[in-house]
Amino acid sequence: MLALETFAPDFELNCTPDQKLKLSELRSKKIILAFYPADWSPVCSDQMSLYNEMLKFFSRHNAQLIGISVDSKWCHLAFSENHKFHFPLLADFEPKGAVSKLYEVYDEKEGESLRALYVLDEKGIIRWNYLSPAGINPGADGILDALEDLDKSKSIQS
Amino acid sequence: MSQLKPAVNSKDHVQGKNEAPLELVEYGDYQCPHCGHAYPIIKNVQRSLGADLKFVFRNFPLSEMHPDAFNAAVAAEAAELQQKFWDMHDIIFENQQKLDMISLFFYAKTIGLDLERFKNDIQKSTLIVKVEQDFESGVRSGVNGTPSFFINGKKYNGDWEEDAFNQYLKSQLSVT
Repeated sequence: MLALETFAPDFELNCTPDQKLKLSELRSKKIILAFYPADWSPVCSDQMSLYNEMLKFFSRHNAQLIGISVDSKWCHLAFSENHKFHFPLLADFEPKGAVSKLYEVYDEKEGESLRALYVLDEKGIIRWNYLSPAGINPGADGILDALEDLDKSKSIQS
Repeated sequence: MSQLKPAVNSKDHVQGKNEAPLELVEYGDYQCPHCGHAYPIIKNVQRSLGADLKFVFRNFPLSEMHPDAFNAAVAAEAAELQQKFWDMHDIIFENQQKLDMISLFFYAKTIGLDLERFKNDIQKSTLIVKVEQDFESGVRSGVNGTPSFFINGKKYNGDWEEDAFNQYLKSQLSVT
């Protein structure tokens, strides 16, 4: 995984069939990047459904959640509609896995993203990361702790 | 390993003796089929372990996926105000495919709640906050789906089909 305290590389991917989302456009918010192996798989569905319930907790910390997998924009659309997700899923589809590779969370053997989390601060610096075993849903406690630590360190500085 | 936060306290719904050596906490969603599957298993495990087991239920409704789960959780909390939490918890799980408001009122009537009071109580913000606090405590404790179990404060990631669960809990009895 990319090291903490380094700059998160910029990228642009489809978030809907006709819209692209550029990471650098989201500065001023904390970003949670959730790389996951595959739409529709049981563990990914559980993990993303949990995070979908967590959005109000994330927004308390001024944080935006973004899911990323190698599935296509149309697959993401169906997955998202079916599960009533209220956060963007980015299609790391062509060239396949390019962003996952950039973030060092690509599984060459399976041709999928690993199950990995990054938390970026408002300036786009990586402040927390976590690589989960592919079959294990990491939950959200690590993300919340990371967001809280960021807010705490900020209030100490100011 | 994930730790239950906060520990079991006076706000919790507890079945069994306080001093029981085994404490099983479930984070559950009334509309989740896996929780429905776990419901009779837990009853049997409770029977099998008797006074050695204390069981606690905390709410973890996934409202986007299960649109009736939150209301069902509030309904059970409202039943608690008439000292009938567990009756409501049970009747809801036994009928979890029908959890719309009319059905919840029907269950409330079936277990003998004062319906006027129930109708007022389910609108109380304190109960809504209670369910939300349960959810948040679950997230903090590392709950990643439902049902999630904690045994003596530690998250249990093993098999919870009846035989395996029983065996594991009994094995913990000799540890404590």
